Amino acid sequence: MNPKLTRRRFIKGVIASGAAATSTTIWYAANGADRPAGSVERLIRINVNGQVRSVDVAPQETLASTLRYKLGLTGTKLGCNRGECGACTVLVDSVPTYACSVLTHSMKNGLIETVEGLESPNGDLHPVQQAFVDELSPQCGYCTPGQIMAAVGLLRANPNPTREQARQGLAGNICRCGSYDSYLDGVMRAAQIG
Amino acid sequence: MAYMHIGKDFVPQDVPGKVTGRIKYSEDYARDGMVYARLLTSPIPHARVVNIDASAALAMEGVFGILTADDVYPDGEPDGTGLKILTNEPTLVGEPILALAAVDEKTAETALEAIIVTFERLPFVMDPVDSLAPGGPDAYTGGNTFVFREGFKSEKWTADQVAAFRAGSEPTAEPQQQFAYGELEAAFASSAYIYEGSFATAGYPHHSMEPRSAFAYWENGKLYLHGTSQSLTALAADMAGIVGVPIEDLVFINEATGGGFGQRARAGSIPSMAIPAKLSQKINRPVMMRVTREEEFTIGGARQGFQGWIKCGFKADGVMAAADMWILSDNGGKGGGGDAFSAADCISILYQAEAMRFRGTSIGSNTAHRGAQRGPGQNQIAPIIAPILDKAAAELGLDRLAIRMLNMPKNGDVGGPQRQPLTSAYMPEALNMGATMFNYPERITRSRQRKGSKVTGIGVGEGYHNAGRSGMDGIVRLMPDGRLAVHNGVGNLGTYSYASTSRAAAEVLQMPWERVDVISGRTDRHLPITSPQDGSNSIFTNTRTNWGAAQDLLVKMKEIAAMDLGGTPADYSVGDERIFKTADTTSGMTFAEIGQRGLQLGGKFTGEAEVPEDLNDFTKLSVSRLAGSALMGIFHDPRHNNNPPGFTATFIEIELDTETGKFDIIELVTIGECGTVVHPQGLKNQLVGGAVWGIGLSALEQHLYDPQNGLPASTGYWQSKVPTILDTPSKIQTGWVDLPDPENPVGARGIGEPSMGAVSAALTAAISDALDGHVFNAAPITADMILNHLAGITTDAVPLAQNNYRG
Repeated sequence: MNPKLTRRRFIKGVIASGAAATSTTIWYAANGADRPAGSVERLIRINVNGQVRSVDVAPQETLASTLRYKLGLTGTKLGCNRGECGACTVLVDSVPTYACSVLTHSMKNGLIETVEGLESPNGDLHPVQQAFVDELSPQCGYCTPGQIMAAVGLLRANPNPTREQARQGLAGNICRCGSYDSYLDGVMRAAQIG
Repeated sequence: MAYMHIGKDFVPQDVPGKVTGRIKYSEDYARDGMVYARLLTSPIPHARVVNIDASAALAMEGVFGILTADDVYPDGEPDGTGLKILTNEPTLVGEPILALAAVDEKTAETALEAIIVTFERLPFVMDPVDSLAPGGPDAYTGGNTFVFREGFKSEKWTADQVAAFRAGSEPTAEPQQQFAYGELEAAFASSAYIYEGSFATAGYPHHSMEPRSAFAYWENGKLYLHGTSQSLTALAADMAGIVGVPIEDLVFINEATGGGFGQRARAGSIPSMAIPAKLSQKINRPVMMRVTREEEFTIGGARQGFQGWIKCGFKADGVMAAADMWILSDNGGKGGGGDAFSAADCISILYQAEAMRFRGTSIGSNTAHRGAQRGPGQNQIAPIIAPILDKAAAELGLDRLAIRMLNMPKNGDVGGPQRQPLTSAYMPEALNMGATMFNYPERITRSRQRKGSKVTGIGVGEGYHNAGRSGMDGIVRLMPDGRLAVHNGVGNLGTYSYASTSRAAAEVLQMPWERVDVISGRTDRHLPITSPQDGSNSIFTNTRTNWGAAQDLLVKMKEIAAMDLGGTPADYSVGDERIFKTADTTSGMTFAEIGQRGLQLGGKFTGEAEVPEDLNDFTKLSVSRLAGSALMGIFHDPRHNNNPPGFTATFIEIELDTETGKFDIIELVTIGECGTVVHPQGLKNQLVGGAVWGIGLSALEQHLYDPQNGLPASTGYWQSKVPTILDTPSKIQTGWVDLPDPENPVGARGIGEPSMGAVSAALTAAISDALDGHVFNAAPITADMILNHLAGITTDAVPLAQNNYRG
């Protein structure tokens, strides 16, 4: 294969996606604005942190938008709103899920958990939260809720991961501060706490 | 010295909020009546706005108004490069032209689609070298560079000069900036080995996790602005000027910032926060401006890319006799920074070159705006110089660690064009500690060993950044209940230095940490001015201010005790939240009692009289608002002497797969040399975070632009290749020297930026080692570049290209 042709194809692909992203199209669609004429928000029920919440939801509204802007659960962060960074990670039926990349209407039968739902009723931190405090895992903290939800999901599926397994489990969550090592220390401590 | 707080871990007060999601970033706020701003940004890289027809948009239901450059600059836009709030002459794709406010974002977006903007297209350029060529396009209307006090200029080289530079030769054009020391020609003449060649480093975006969203409203004549910053008070002081509001009428609110890295230090690098402020003022409603990732790419700024030439001479014993550098810096679409000068300064300090010359020129391109990004200059040059040092070692028959030990900075050394002394330098200790932890003698024997398609590379790297300033202020108060309030203007950007620098005050008073309240987060809590928190300076700068303010408080406490209990102030000591006679510990007062007594006395004790005259204006305002509220310590920090450095040393082993061009980091040991350690966990975080950034610089991150249309192609994390956890080793080994610096009361210096440079240097050296010492002279070195090299393809890459695919 001619490597130059390969590169050209690659660049064209990158440019195409970049150009689209430069416009507002993606953001607009993700927030339910580019909907067919006549469509309206519909009242649905979703289970968030063990509570059934009734909320008006547009057809193309993402779960992240619903959580943040309609239910006031601003612990779920939007870093990219395009499925790249993981800052919006929540658990849906215990599976780490990018809340920016799923539609709220698809959540009607799912059990959604956000970072706000992890503390016990008496205010005790979840073991992952406590371990992240003890290890000083966060730096700027903006990716932290997503890292925590990814870690909680990992430890439910695998309560005793190796460090390499934990690394793979957090691979969907970017930390621009580069605190990965400290997050991994936190996950391993949380696994010990159980 | 045994400290109560310094050198010990603690839980900064914001950490529980970060793990529970309770802490609020600017976009997490809301207010009754809040409306939403959306931006109309330039779709083309260089243009002039001829007309804006917003009539249809303004007629739409739910639209409240627009804000244009004519609104924010009624007397015309500022002359020169530099970011503007809004502009009628965009010089990059994505630059904000106007903002529109509506009842919701959907309505705002729909209304923006109805606005007709007529542009006059202007020439544009993606690569500074293309602009220097005869007849080449200029990035700005007035030229391709802006010279201080002279204005715009269009600088051109001859075709031969451009061709020679592209071919790797020393530029012959007159530089805009230069410095030199020593006898350069004689130094080269004394050299046993001379390296000479061109190099290029890529620009790339900051991509902080939190986009630069901002929220503003006006109430009773005051502006309440929720934004982001690295330094709350330094930024607020200037932001008031940008918005055009007296500083006493601005309340800047910023409890947490989702990543700094340089471009959130100063108001001038983030003027977009003025958009909701101005729009809110115009339409008389609270305005939220949520910034998308794609907008963040543009607003957030980028690192300067270098296109350069370097010549280094080494004596037979390995001493760096001479360094000669010529750097063309990419200033992007809005002007840039002083990265090239800092790069040369770094070479002078970190390798103690006996003679040196730097020449540099900055030229614009119609790409993202450039400015400070984690070690601006020092870190770009780190991956360039490290393989050169290794090549010299190989040519001279020296060990690669040994040549660094030979040239490293030590106590008593000087550096930079002014030959300024370092305040202290414990690089020998750092390199020795790293070599021991890495087991260098054993690991170096694995260098270039092959196992199937994989080959081992070993790299050693060093990092430097100036790490301390002075001239700022401190305010502490002893409250009537005996608690200590430390007012701190340092931003909460993830370094925890807002809290760790406050511990210097607690240290002075021997105050239990749980009895200390760090007051920060919003300017109406009356904070002292601080330095813009770029340049790894906070630990040095603000331990000085807080230590000084606490000392002033202690003097006042002793004076009150002597007044009430007899004796002289010198007779008293503090401990266990009491002030007592050193000779008779039973005679004393509790901190609560002394706080109440100070409040009763008033005057100089409570900031109502004898306030230091040399305080910065911002601090004077805060002190005046706190006056009479509690017993107060106030301090203006005098200037320090010499250059406080931050140093790092890093050792890396990689396994490079010659079939894929990719590598795994087998071992990474990185050592901090930042004076006394104030907060071990925070230091560890800076070291590992810097390591991740170093990996990105050396192997991953770069701008990509479409040269035909000037469209950015790396607006997201994936495209700009921000390192993920899988790009980093499973465990990063860290250590620190922990020896005091004499210019700081607790001995501390900064570390955030050099932590990146050493890792970038070591990783590039390791890649070079795995490829039999091949010097790419580039950052990043991508897998494609490695494969091309292994395939013998050397002409496929464009060595000096900027903002384009180079591998």
